[in-house]
Amino acid sequence: MASEAHAAAHVHVHEAPRGFIRKYIFSTDHKIIGIQYILLALVAVFVGMFLSLLMRLHLAWPSLEIPFFGLMTPEQYLALMTMHGTIMVFFVLTTAPQSGFGNFFLPIQIGAADMAFPVLNMLSFWFTFASFAVMLAAFFVSGGAPTSGWTAYVPLSALGEVAGPGLGAGQTLWVVSIAIFCGASLMGSLNFITTTLDLRTRGMLLFRMPLTVWAWFVTAILMLLGFAVLLAAGILLLLDRHAGTSFFIPGGLIVSDRLIDHKGGSPLLWQHLFWFFGHPEVYIAILPGMGIVSHVLSTFARKPIFGYRAMVFAILAIAMLGLGVWGHHMFMSGMSPYSAIAFSLLTMSIGVPSAIKTFNWIGTLWGARIRFAPPMLFALGFVSLFVTGGLSGIFLAQPTVDIYLHDTYFVVAHFHIIMGVAAIFGMFAGTYFWFPKMFGRAMHEGLGRLHFWLTFIGVYAIFMPMHYIGLAGHPRRYPDTTAVKFLAALDPVHTFMSIAAFVTIAAQVLFVLNLVWSLWKGKKVGINPWEATTLEWTVPSPPPHDNFAGHYPSVYRGPYEYAVPGAPQDFVPQHLPEAEPARHAGADD
Amino acid sequence: MDAHTEMVLESRWAGGVRPYAMGSKKLGMWLFIISDALTFSAVIIAYSYLRVASPQWPTPFPFNPAIIFSTLMTFCLLSSSLTMVMAVSAAHRHQHRKTVFWLLMTMLFGTLFVGLHLTEWFHLIEEGLRTNRLPAEWVTVWPQAPQIFGSTFFGLTGLHMLHVSVGVIYLGTIALGFGLKKFESEDVEVSGLYWHFVDLVWMFIFPLVYLMSVRY
Repeated sequence: MASEAHAAAHVHVHEAPRGFIRKYIFSTDHKIIGIQYILLALVAVFVGMFLSLLMRLHLAWPSLEIPFFGLMTPEQYLALMTMHGTIMVFFVLTTAPQSGFGNFFLPIQIGAADMAFPVLNMLSFWFTFASFAVMLAAFFVSGGAPTSGWTAYVPLSALGEVAGPGLGAGQTLWVVSIAIFCGASLMGSLNFITTTLDLRTRGMLLFRMPLTVWAWFVTAILMLLGFAVLLAAGILLLLDRHAGTSFFIPGGLIVSDRLIDHKGGSPLLWQHLFWFFGHPEVYIAILPGMGIVSHVLSTFARKPIFGYRAMVFAILAIAMLGLGVWGHHMFMSGMSPYSAIAFSLLTMSIGVPSAIKTFNWIGTLWGARIRFAPPMLFALGFVSLFVTGGLSGIFLAQPTVDIYLHDTYFVVAHFHIIMGVAAIFGMFAGTYFWFPKMFGRAMHEGLGRLHFWLTFIGVYAIFMPMHYIGLAGHPRRYPDTTAVKFLAALDPVHTFMSIAAFVTIAAQVLFVLNLVWSLWKGKKVGINPWEATTLEWTVPSPPPHDNFAGHYPSVYRGPYEYAVPGAPQDFVPQHLPEAEPARHAGADD
Repeated sequence: MDAHTEMVLESRWAGGVRPYAMGSKKLGMWLFIISDALTFSAVIIAYSYLRVASPQWPTPFPFNPAIIFSTLMTFCLLSSSLTMVMAVSAAHRHQHRKTVFWLLMTMLFGTLFVGLHLTEWFHLIEEGLRTNRLPAEWVTVWPQAPQIFGSTFFGLTGLHMLHVSVGVIYLGTIALGFGLKKFESEDVEVSGLYWHFVDLVWMFIFPLVYLMSVRY
């Protein structure tokens, strides 16, 4: 390392700010920003969950009058569906695993004091916050929230109030919110990429980075590319709505008995632009979870991750293929069947790197003496859900099958399991795993186990039956099917799924109680409670403002050296030099 | 450059040696450019897609004056890139006054471009072109053409003009900061990357929007 003078200068540069506002509100500390993102996502996930609760109530008991809400109209149901999807996808699945955990742990895991652009990092969070506020405002404007789905399909989303309630001011706020979110993502992702490339500490080669860092890095690349196109699509949609353009509006539309005077545009264009972002978005949600799960599996199996390099190349392959398969969301759109074949083949080829990852996870577990702590349970749950959701994906990747299944609950089951629940399980694994590092106290283990089993059984109870009702032809997005004779037999299934959903939602209260209780009452932990190898476990819990107090560690080995033959312990931290006795963490400067 | 990155560069350890020995700011700008290039690509693809899918597309720009005029705009933008190169080169030689002079020249050409472009916009609007309407004369010449010529024209060139305008303000900030010796030469170079990128985007818009729509 460089001279002491440099280290001293560095400590000076990173002196912690004083005063509540600079320290906790407009902080440039990546750890505070990470926690801010996680809190935002936590609020968002409960809002989103509450919306799904209302939907499930309505689906099981369509004639029920909900307190403070009354009898639900079809438009209200669609508004709930739109906002549930939007809030969950953007403000939970994109925000927590990448911006939340990534912000907190990426710099520490690569041995950096902060992100490359701390101010940009802060701006990125506050843009996200503003975006969330604008999105929530859509509930309160006249007409209410938009009804065009989280995909904001045109022409419904492009025509304004004439197309129905919620499509006036509500839809405008939706587009504005998403545009702000695109800006936040741009700032966040270029920060992540620059930090990963530029600020790695001595010896932290690319192929010594933990798989979490690889996942965040590649996710950031996907965000950089995907959200740029969504931004363009959003701008064009806004112009269509307010500047009289017709990028997405075809001629001759008659809506609410009125001839729309826009003409010449193409609704298919919106779908292409949206899904060019929308499909990578699926990987933006799941890749950080994959990283966390690989990390946790290796740690609790006490074995090196099986095929580290294969895991890295699989992440890269998934990301690259993921940029070229957006058309599989459009098999039903009237797109040329020939391009459907190309998209279908590319989509199914994603199964190869996904299978590599799954087999490597199983290989990591093979013959291991597994420690079944809550993070490990959720990581194992992730693998299970990833396999389940991946298998139904192979059905949907085939245009001929998809044409039957596309607008049924089968698709709802598929994407909830793989994109929603699996990614959430990755976040739970990360929370239970890193909570001790973030706050210096462990979460309650018994409650954690209970939370896992209730959630794991609960989500399968909700989403497995959805596959069957989808196969039976139950269309999705319908608020009420009581008048449809052939679906009457499926009503008890709806009731069952709703009850399962209520139990699962109640189980999440356990999680929040555990979080709050553990913050103050949890068992105090030391630097490395899980006996893990990566750099975040060499700094105090919680880490100080500048992470390493100016004494940057050097890295001598890969991230998953567990059960190394001849080593004094069953794990060898990354910062230990070869063939030297163990020394205190951070002191090998 | 903060102490950590300085140390990183100095030690040259076997690890994250900065790719191409590039500073974080420059790398950040390159990443922004990649992202912004995708935004422009999406809008250009939207334009191309709609144009190809339409039964007829107006080709309303006569060589004189429209093409001559837009060529003049192109010339302004190209000249601004040349002056930007001069600014970066002077900045690297720590010639502060010269740098500021060349930056101001770049801003002048940029502003000239925006001015000419707006003049052209107003002419077209006067002719009757709107985001949702073609001029009456065009409709008689191209009866099958959809009304979205204006949508794509104003949308695409407007997005670009916004970038040039933001760029002029950005260069102004850099000129001020560098003149007061608050910024480093790298900051000038990074702003140059942005400027050249915006210039490059025009090199796609000019043939796609103007040269492919020459009236003949």
